[in-house]
Amino acid sequence: MSTTSEPARPEAADAAEVDILEELKAELAHDLEEERPPHAGPLAQVAAGLVTLALGVAGVVLSLGYGLGSLTQPGPGLWPFAVSVAVTALSVAQVAFGRRAQDTEQFTRSSALTALGVLSLVVLAGLLPVIGFEVPSLVLMVVWLRFLGGESWRMTALISVVTVAAFYALFVLALSIPLPRLI
Amino acid sequence: MDFTPIIDGFGIVLQPTNLLYCLIGVVIGMLIGVLPGLGPAATIAILLPITYGVEPVSAIIMLAGIFYGAQYGGTITSVLLRLPGEASSVVTVFDGFAMAKQGRAGAALGIAAIGSFIGGTVSIIGLSVLAPVIAGYALDFGPPEYAALGLLGVLLVSTVGNGGKLKAVIAAALGLLIATVGRDSFTGAERFTFGNLNLADGIDFVPIAMGLFGLGEILYNLEENHKKVHAPAKVTKVWPSRKDLSDSKGAIARGSGIGFGLGVLPGGGAVLSSLVAYAVEKRRAKQPERFGRGAIEGVAAPETANNAAATSSFIPLLTLGIPANATMALMFGALLLQGVQPGPQLVDTHPDIFWGVINSMYIGNILLLIMSIPMVGVFVRILRVRPAILAPITALITVLGVYTVNNSVFDIYLVIVFGVVGYLMKKFGFDPGPMVLAFVLGTLIESSARQSLLIFGGDPTGFLTRPISGTVLAAIVAVAIFPLVRKVIRARRGGPVDAPGSTPTEIPAGTPAEIPDRETTEAK
Repeated sequence: MSTTSEPARPEAADAAEVDILEELKAELAHDLEEERPPHAGPLAQVAAGLVTLALGVAGVVLSLGYGLGSLTQPGPGLWPFAVSVAVTALSVAQVAFGRRAQDTEQFTRSSALTALGVLSLVVLAGLLPVIGFEVPSLVLMVVWLRFLGGESWRMTALISVVTVAAFYALFVLALSIPLPRLI
Repeated sequence: MDFTPIIDGFGIVLQPTNLLYCLIGVVIGMLIGVLPGLGPAATIAILLPITYGVEPVSAIIMLAGIFYGAQYGGTITSVLLRLPGEASSVVTVFDGFAMAKQGRAGAALGIAAIGSFIGGTVSIIGLSVLAPVIAGYALDFGPPEYAALGLLGVLLVSTVGNGGKLKAVIAAALGLLIATVGRDSFTGAERFTFGNLNLADGIDFVPIAMGLFGLGEILYNLEENHKKVHAPAKVTKVWPSRKDLSDSKGAIARGSGIGFGLGVLPGGGAVLSSLVAYAVEKRRAKQPERFGRGAIEGVAAPETANNAAATSSFIPLLTLGIPANATMALMFGALLLQGVQPGPQLVDTHPDIFWGVINSMYIGNILLLIMSIPMVGVFVRILRVRPAILAPITALITVLGVYTVNNSVFDIYLVIVFGVVGYLMKKFGFDPGPMVLAFVLGTLIESSARQSLLIFGGDPTGFLTRPISGTVLAAIVAVAIFPLVRKVIRARRGGPVDAPGSTPTEIPAGTPAEIPDRETTEAK
């Protein structure tokens, strides 16, 4: 089938080409690096591996509880068990060998912006069923524009009001979607 | 070959509603391509709730338009700002921005648009010819073939892309695990629900996709929203000269072929094909040192290839029901939401969708050519919109949008949770793409694998003795071992070569064991 014969062609021509490809990737990584925060170091790599390891182990334990069955009569736990074992093995490999990779990013001061953003979304979800979508949406717009985006108050006010009005027109008036609302 | 359904397909595309959705799709695609930040996958994820209220054909036509439209739009920021709007336009930065500095931005954009159009159109023709053939062949596939193909797809998408391969495979495996949440369809037992009724039916695809791709990306971009936007380079006369055209003829022809070929492969797709097309041109060139200093082939080749690949990556989805990349996984999900099962039977059961979507791409590419050449000024002006203004609007669309799907606040929380997971994954170097793809394919792989075991009477060697599933499994082993072998070869240039796949009897569960070795060699 094409899946097996196709890769042979690019790969055969690859030998010399791969180097150019790798060079390109290195050049790109270097180019983009100036824009990104520095990588987070070996500790973050190990921590990432430990988190996925915990998920894998939890998966193994839980799926054992669901019952593996046999190959003739696969139980509900067999497939999650196999996948969890893979997650566990791969995570061990990550903890053991992945320390020197540089694909993580440090949390910087601007990461606090993301945390604030998440908080505003949780507040919106909490208030939505209580007081409708208009006020929480407006608050979210103001917070994101003014405090997360550093827009001027004038722009903030203008864009927030226009956006919420547009949502009202679209969801409530045009599509009559039963969104919880104040008015 | 029977041409009636193809012609009927054009009839469907030319209906005013579908033309309108095609136009909306390509305009959105072009816009998000121009705006750095949100990629096509994130945009499609965010817009999934809209597709509920739309006819399946129109919905997929629109989503497809976003996907290939983004390939056109991504060029503009690469050339004018040295900021790739899309990952697949990253290599265009080298020569595109160099050309812009020499005052040839117009020629660069022009050749990119022409190349994209030719690459896209060649690829659609290839798609029309090849897709029904593959679909016909795939009708004989049974559960063992699907289990193997699904696994191969997940593995290829995780290992072919850029970045940490080990982490990508971990993300994919976790995606498979998330897919098992809810009631087991064979025994009715509840798995990983922790007694929560909201989880009993499993986790919906929409909040996962919207969270990991959409909100995750928005949150990730928040960290740098406050950065100033650069003024774009001036664009004059968006039409390449006769010399430019003849210089890039070969690059466009080769780019079309490379893009079409690599796009079909799972994990290939637009990004890889643009890199390969650029590398090929640089290697063929008589003066390779021109590359990076404004060689027009360096713009024409990757831009042609990424568009050709974007189009041909529909082939595995439409013919096998196996998405070839993360964006196609979203298309897969969108089709399922519409109650349409993508697969080899699609061309017969839903010829309207099959041919409607394929033929809409001709129209879409013409629209995009018009937007990219005479109307490019409009999109250049959009570059001045600050990301800080777009972020809250897209965030609102996401949370309110997901609410409207089931009128469920629980879904909003789910999106926020997956948004945070997506953000953290990006910070820690995990690509969310393989996770979403694995989640989408998880149910298919599990149920096919279990059905196969029933067919084989519990004997797993049955996977190896069936010719097609056996071949696919051998390919899985080869994919897992290949990078290792390549490193070894490179380490001792010209030394004896170990043949890949020398242990084809290994079952897929054994493949993860290969990965630690590969990671150590990679670290050297």
